[in-house]
Amino acid sequence: MSLLFIVALPFFGALLPGLMNAAGRSATAGVTFTVSLAAFMGLLSNLPAVLAGEIVTARIDWMPALGLNFTLMLDGLGFFFALLILGIGLLIIAYARNYLSRKDNMGEFFTYLLLFQGAMVGIVLSDNILLLLVFWELTSLSSFLLIGFWKHLPEGRQGARMALTVTGMGGLAMIGGMLILGQIVGSYDLSVILQNRALIQADPLYVPALVLILLGCFTKSAQFPFHFWLPHAMAAPTPVSAYLHSATMVKAGIFLMARMWPVLSGTPEWFVIVTSAGLITMVLGAVIALFKHDLKALLAFSTVSHLGLITMLLGTGTAFGAMAAVFHILNHATFKAALFMSAGIIDHEAHTRDIRRLGGLRKLMPVTFMIASLAALSMAGIPLLNGFLSKEMMLEEAHQTVMFGSHWLVPALATFGSLFSAAYCFRLIGHVFFGPVRDDYPAKPHDPKPGLWLPPAILVVLVVVIGIAPFVAEPFVKLVTASVLGGEAVVPDVHFKIWHGLVPALFMSVIAVVGGLLMLTMFHPALRIWDKAPRPEAKLIFEAIIAAALRCARWLILPLHNGAFTRYAAIGAVTIIAVGYHAWSTGTVGAPTREIQPAGPVAIAGWLMLVAATGGMVLMHRNRLLSLILIGIVGLMVSIGFVFFSAPDLALTQFSVEVVTIVLMLLALNFLPNTTPVESSVLRRVRDSVVAIFGGLATFGLAYYYLLRDATGVPISEFHLANSYKGGGGTNVVNVILVDFRGFDTYGEIIVLGIAALLIYALTETLLGGPVRARLLNRKPDQPRAGDTHPMMMVVLTRVMMPVVLMVGFYIFLRGHNEPGGGFIAGLIVSIAVVMQYMASGFAWTSARLKYPYHGVIGAGVLIAGFTGMGSWFVGKPFLTSDFTYVRIPPFEKFELATAALFDLGVFLAVVGAVMLSLESFSRLARRSNMADSEFPMDIDPSREALNTATPNDAKEGV
Amino acid sequence: MELLVASAIGVLTAGGLYLVLRLRTFPVILGMSLLTYAVNVFLFASGRLTIGAAPILRDGVTTYTDPLPQALVLTAIVISFGMTAVVVMIGLGAFLGSDDDHVDDQPQTDVTNSEEGA
Repeated sequence: MSLLFIVALPFFGALLPGLMNAAGRSATAGVTFTVSLAAFMGLLSNLPAVLAGEIVTARIDWMPALGLNFTLMLDGLGFFFALLILGIGLLIIAYARNYLSRKDNMGEFFTYLLLFQGAMVGIVLSDNILLLLVFWELTSLSSFLLIGFWKHLPEGRQGARMALTVTGMGGLAMIGGMLILGQIVGSYDLSVILQNRALIQADPLYVPALVLILLGCFTKSAQFPFHFWLPHAMAAPTPVSAYLHSATMVKAGIFLMARMWPVLSGTPEWFVIVTSAGLITMVLGAVIALFKHDLKALLAFSTVSHLGLITMLLGTGTAFGAMAAVFHILNHATFKAALFMSAGIIDHEAHTRDIRRLGGLRKLMPVTFMIASLAALSMAGIPLLNGFLSKEMMLEEAHQTVMFGSHWLVPALATFGSLFSAAYCFRLIGHVFFGPVRDDYPAKPHDPKPGLWLPPAILVVLVVVIGIAPFVAEPFVKLVTASVLGGEAVVPDVHFKIWHGLVPALFMSVIAVVGGLLMLTMFHPALRIWDKAPRPEAKLIFEAIIAAALRCARWLILPLHNGAFTRYAAIGAVTIIAVGYHAWSTGTVGAPTREIQPAGPVAIAGWLMLVAATGGMVLMHRNRLLSLILIGIVGLMVSIGFVFFSAPDLALTQFSVEVVTIVLMLLALNFLPNTTPVESSVLRRVRDSVVAIFGGLATFGLAYYYLLRDATGVPISEFHLANSYKGGGGTNVVNVILVDFRGFDTYGEIIVLGIAALLIYALTETLLGGPVRARLLNRKPDQPRAGDTHPMMMVVLTRVMMPVVLMVGFYIFLRGHNEPGGGFIAGLIVSIAVVMQYMASGFAWTSARLKYPYHGVIGAGVLIAGFTGMGSWFVGKPFLTSDFTYVRIPPFEKFELATAALFDLGVFLAVVGAVMLSLESFSRLARRSNMADSEFPMDIDPSREALNTATPNDAKEGV
Repeated sequence: MELLVASAIGVLTAGGLYLVLRLRTFPVILGMSLLTYAVNVFLFASGRLTIGAAPILRDGVTTYTDPLPQALVLTAIVISFGMTAVVVMIGLGAFLGSDDDHVDDQPQTDVTNSEEGA
């Protein structure tokens, strides 16, 4: 199976458990198992190629310009990890099916699990380090969801948050490191990077890259001083702990160190950082684990300790160390997953994981006892179990390692760590299973159904088989080691044996086991000392750091960003002015190239009106109706200015938009207070005035300077003028630009306009569906209503004007291509015609006569414009290529048919729909207040009264 | 003429900025409308000022004003209507929902109280 499928399967499969949720728990687990099994089988189908030493690849170009491609690679190392992830994943899925209770949402759980599985497989199969980073972050996110799966538990949420923070920060550092690495090599492909050891290690940026990448690895793999998140993540359901902390998540950092081993290892920096971090973690984890009373916490710290062991082995930089590391990864995954699952069984059956409340379970749960004991003994390093083999290799490697010039430092610490490791394993067996049977368990413990004990049992079989017959695992481990070494070193020619003779490692092993047993006998006195000794609590330190970061962020952000719009606006305005001033004072300005044109009295009069209206708005803005009238004057002057300066289209648009805007504002003012109270202090008003005056001066200066100078480059406008008629078939260049040259822009804009109108509609619906509705209905008008809300004169006048306005709109639309006009303007004009009817006869009367809903009109407009654009595909041209022709139907003059006109029709409809939907939404709000709806076009109708007396049924007829 | 247009832009900007910095929604919306005028005229003026040379092609005429800024401003005018309508609706909804048309949140609760313990 292609590697792409192996990675994609869990991701796509993650859609299934949620869908299967209704079909029952077994179906949900079954479909998840099937998805994993398919990926697992797909992986196995690549086994022959991997065994033959080939590297299987798959590639899809994603963003080649960034060097980010979807390239996958499967070699021995990748296969080994993928096998652990998918293989143990299968066992976990089976176990979780029986572990989760009916209260847990199984579909949600398995969705997260599959997402996590896919991300993990993605990491180990990536051939591109940027792609690897993407998967890396995905594991952080999906593990967050898994750890916090029991959302009702505060420890679960806090643990998940801590894990996400720590691994996320590490991931951030790693992105930096990976980018540096890619820059050094000039490629983001792992296969290329791994060939460039000398280049990378000689580069001055090697150390920063190394430190950053190791930060990512150490946080993920819980190495000192980032080890603290792992035990807190134990608040997760046990299947999650078993999966994340034995085979997958925490091994991702280890994987990456192994992956990068050929190019990053072997330098003094690597040796010191990695080996010492590993050693400290190993010893620290083992010591703390011994004194933990929670089974899962004990296992968590033992995991930390074993991860430290593996890290230390990778740090030594020798081929033998790498081989021992690979072997221990395998062994640890088997016995640790089995132990976690056993702890889950005990928790599930005895309803407690506290070792102090357990004991004597050997007789009550014989099967669990067998499984847990074998796994724990393997972890302690007892011969004939697999943990012994790799631990002995570790001790052998430690014996050979010289650190800081000392021959005994590393071996002594390694032995010390192993001693405690053995001690907590013995404690686990002794204090949980041996001893007298008690009668105060929270629940009566007994062995569970096979569904729970079978998955760990399968792993324990592996533990024993490898332990007794190490030669079974030897070829595979050597194959994986070869791909870790990547040609930088030769796989050591040693055979995996139980008996090596009386080598130093054996003595160290014996010391550890005997010491561990002695330690257990002295456990209670030691515990008393431990409990009295002051220790830093990682969680408190972490929380203090987070709180400090939060304070710092608040201190930085709150002055700028406190939720007050006014403050943002002021800061924004001042910043823009300041940046503009900086550009102005540092740039150069050329000499004026244009003459100042003389201003006639008309222009000056218009200018005076505009300035007076603006000034009046500022001074009298507290009277809201007045300021609305004044802004109408401003708009009018702007429109006239457009006419004056050769922009008839703009003038028409501005003028009609002005009308609908004023209508809209009036509708809104209907609900708002009529005056604005005086609230701001004099000082504040002075401050605002200063900002405003500086802003005004800045725009004035900028506009004045560029109006007197020609553009420095050659504008593209000449092209439009030259091609408007030849290419677009229209003489109104502005309209041709809108519907033809820049048709795509226009298409986008009518969609935006439609969305804005729908947003207004949706907001209105929300308001009318909520508590506001009652308030609106009970609202009393703040001013006396007119006695005649739908006056006859107005109704008659609007009816008469309607066809005229529609005709004008139609005319403006048709001539748009050649003369000022077009879809935008025609749409606004037609909207005004319809709005007039609303104003004259009220909402109810008009809506009742509405044939098409405005949403539909918007949609039709966008679709017509879109289909017109797509039409050009059928003749093999790109989207929105226009065409036109001239036809002549005998009695008429020759006229032009252009696809652009069809597009303009779409624009027209979208504008009508959007404007009308917005205004209609506002008037719907008004309608819900205490005004009575009238089904008649006008309130006082002389003809209706006459008809009423004669034939009441005809009352509705008439206008 | 250039002086008139440039100063008009300046006056519109100044008036708009002042109103945008007010504390109630209605003047802020009007201020944004004024700023919209200023921006539209500013963009339009980037085609420089020409009198009596509308970009409608005629036989025998060779001087036209720059059509491109006009086309851009035309859509900007229509879009700014949509924007104004949305902002008015939001302002109206906020007022109807809380009986308060302040632009800024009025101080009620301490910010730190809403945080969940880490």
